[in-house]
Amino acid sequence: MGKSLELTVNGKRHSITSDGDVTLLQVLRDELGLTGTKYGCGEGQCGACTVLLGGMARRACQLPVSTVAGQSITTIEGLERDGKLHPLQHAFIEAGAFQCAYCTPGMIMSGVALLGQKARPSREEIAHALDGNICRCGTYPRILEAVERASASMAGGAR
Amino acid sequence: MKPATKGVLVEPERYELRGQPIHHFSIARRDFFKVLGAGIAVFTVASEAPAGMPQESGRGRRAEEELPKDITSWLHVGEDGVVTTFTGKVEIGQNIRTSLAQSVADELRVPFESVRMVMGDTALTPFDMGTFGSRTTPTMAPQLRHVASVARDLLVEQAAKEWNVPAEKLVAANAKVTDPASGRSLAYAELAKGKTLAQEIPEADPVTPPSEWTVAGKPIPKVNARDFVTGRHQYTPDLRPAGVLHGKVLRPPAFHATLVSLDASAAEQMPGVVVVRDGDFVAVAGRSEREAEKAAASLKAEWKSPEARASSRNIYSYLKEKAESRGNGRDRETAGSIEEGLQAAARRLEATYTVAYIAHTPLEPRAAVAEWNDGKLTVWTGTQRPFGVREELADAFQLPQDRIRVIVPDTGSAYGGKHTADAALEAARLARAAKRPVKVAWTREEEMTWAYFRPAGVIDIRSGITADGKLKAWEFHNYNSGSSGIGTPYDVANRHIEFHSVDSPLRQGSYRGLAATANHFARESHMDELAHAAGLDPLEFRLKNLSDARLRAVFEAAAKSFGWPRKKTEAGQGCGMGGGVEKKGYVATFAEVRVESTKAIRVKKVVCAFECGAIVNPDGLRNQVSGANVMGLGGALFEAIEFADGKILNPHLAKYRVPRFRDLPEIEVVLLDRKDIPSAGAGETPLIGLAPAIGNAVFDATGKRLRSLPMLPALLQA
Repeated sequence: MGKSLELTVNGKRHSITSDGDVTLLQVLRDELGLTGTKYGCGEGQCGACTVLLGGMARRACQLPVSTVAGQSITTIEGLERDGKLHPLQHAFIEAGAFQCAYCTPGMIMSGVALLGQKARPSREEIAHALDGNICRCGTYPRILEAVERASASMAGGAR
Repeated sequence: MKPATKGVLVEPERYELRGQPIHHFSIARRDFFKVLGAGIAVFTVASEAPAGMPQESGRGRRAEEELPKDITSWLHVGEDGVVTTFTGKVEIGQNIRTSLAQSVADELRVPFESVRMVMGDTALTPFDMGTFGSRTTPTMAPQLRHVASVARDLLVEQAAKEWNVPAEKLVAANAKVTDPASGRSLAYAELAKGKTLAQEIPEADPVTPPSEWTVAGKPIPKVNARDFVTGRHQYTPDLRPAGVLHGKVLRPPAFHATLVSLDASAAEQMPGVVVVRDGDFVAVAGRSEREAEKAAASLKAEWKSPEARASSRNIYSYLKEKAESRGNGRDRETAGSIEEGLQAAARRLEATYTVAYIAHTPLEPRAAVAEWNDGKLTVWTGTQRPFGVREELADAFQLPQDRIRVIVPDTGSAYGGKHTADAALEAARLARAAKRPVKVAWTREEEMTWAYFRPAGVIDIRSGITADGKLKAWEFHNYNSGSSGIGTPYDVANRHIEFHSVDSPLRQGSYRGLAATANHFARESHMDELAHAAGLDPLEFRLKNLSDARLRAVFEAAAKSFGWPRKKTEAGQGCGMGGGVEKKGYVATFAEVRVESTKAIRVKKVVCAFECGAIVNPDGLRNQVSGANVMGLGGALFEAIEFADGKILNPHLAKYRVPRFRDLPEIEVVLLDRKDIPSAGAGETPLIGLAPAIGNAVFDATGKRLRSLPMLPALLQA
């Protein structure tokens, strides 16, 4: 057993006792029960495990938990506020941007990170930012559409 | 004993008296209303097992998997008005949880929202061979429609009895029965109150024709969509029953290796770790994934690997060499005489096409959670064949099937790759030893090594045409990749078409579209070669040899949307087409490519016209057709399993390239809705036209013919 670590996930502080080389993905899923973040490849290639670390999209399967101690982490479970979906979650439903939907949490987290950095990305910029996320069902066109819809609705809300 | 006569109402308790145990059916009928509460229930009973329905899974057909002559579907209208429908089909991203509910709502005349689907649970749902072969929409949807229509009649009869009026005078709509004469009405919920009525009926055709559908035929969004965008939906790897252990299987260094010795002493001393050795099966379970990984890493095993003669370098000559010299008659179709046809032809062509092994790469790798209680086994697993998995478990553990329950959570895709019980067997074996629930979730590497692959294949074609471009001879031999879509839809009097099976060096099985992709790649590429040989436009050449009106219609629709023939406006640009008919779906796909100076092949635009009879959900269908084309890009351009010495050399996404956002062409889907034709499935066939369309477009752009899948840029440099 390793030493105790502090993690802040979705605004909640957790004290973790495990080996420092355990990945953030394993801690989220197995210790904290936050199973919305998915395992897809374990090599940072598919994006199914994408979480936000200080607003940046990161692959949880590539992060030893010791390296994120004390940092603020947001997972797919942390996007919904008081029963209200994040505009991008809502846009995924509106655009029907999934088939099996296993990639959906990771796609949404990558999309939220992008929209945090650039409010009105072009279609090319969205495709570029999400290129590290794989959808095997091939729903890419609708995912692009969902990010565009969310971008438009968030810009509308800001006015 | 015979089942209850058609149309006779029986109280549920009286079923017992008939004394007939119901095979493949573990919930006793008398328990039915205990489980679901009072209400009205309708069962369909298969009038006869459908003949000639081959099981195209990776394991081949087994007699026990014939549909039994018993209950095929059921439906319950509860006192709260909730309609619960049961089917052994599973949701793997093809959206049938939504489309089947649409059909039920439509036929029962209730709002879509009041229908709940219980799917893929061997304890609750009727036996089903599996979710494959694009059969859900053409077979299960009509079955469910039929139960729904009988339930509707039953509700109308209840109202007629209540009001003492003839049933024919009453109208069922919007979850109510109304008497137009008096204006009074009763909600289904009220009619079901306090009742325990069950009716058993034989299967028959649905009653409401597609032209009168109100809920079906509409673009209803995916049910439970909110659970998927919030991460709340639990796929199999997300399940965490109390006390669950994580399992890891020790994999041999090569296929067919045998265990010589094992030293598990280090793992056995780790607290909380369970070690199982059963023959060549070695596995551990630990309290966390990390613990299990450490325990597995501590195992010292010595293996003996057999010599492997096949590799991805020699696979095509290997397949030809090992092929059965003559296929069995079932796999051969002949007419006229090839030799005479070729002699009479003005132009003759011969060409060989090859297709590599590829991996399904579902984003959710195989996983299972198993739990034993009092000698009964429950397994949650993402599979296309819950009843097949139950049977494999029963065989492995020598248990009667009624002591095993397999439950399939909506699954993170399968594409034909999740027919077998591998992870379920592993989890169940470990759980039995650990006396606790065990989860086995395969890594990506395990998924890409120990699952099974789409077969590699070689296809040889000899053909001849007349001077004016009519097909005169067509000889087509497929080695190993399979016989789906092997027959030609084009008119040709002299033909010989044959599938030759081979003992594949890699474990192989179903894949979305099966061999239709390989066979269409070869056939539609060759048709393009013949068109050029005849000096005809490729579309004109096809239509000249095609009398199938439905296939002509999709070619013409796609050509129109694509703007065929197109003028070239930039260097490296080319256009091509491919199409065909498979599983009663008609597809024509047109592609525009740009071959860059680096020889990279970029697909710029795809137009896919698809017709599968009456459309049940146009939005879901568009998503399937578009997605199939995106997925098809991988097999067409990038994907190939490399192997040697009994090992997979590229079992990682970093080395096995699947389509990404950067590869996305502009995709236009053209749907032809034929309300006069029964609905066919749509999950597979839209994929099969893409690879030949791209290959033909590359030829148009470069004058080079690529006859191997994947069509790697290196082939253009040669």
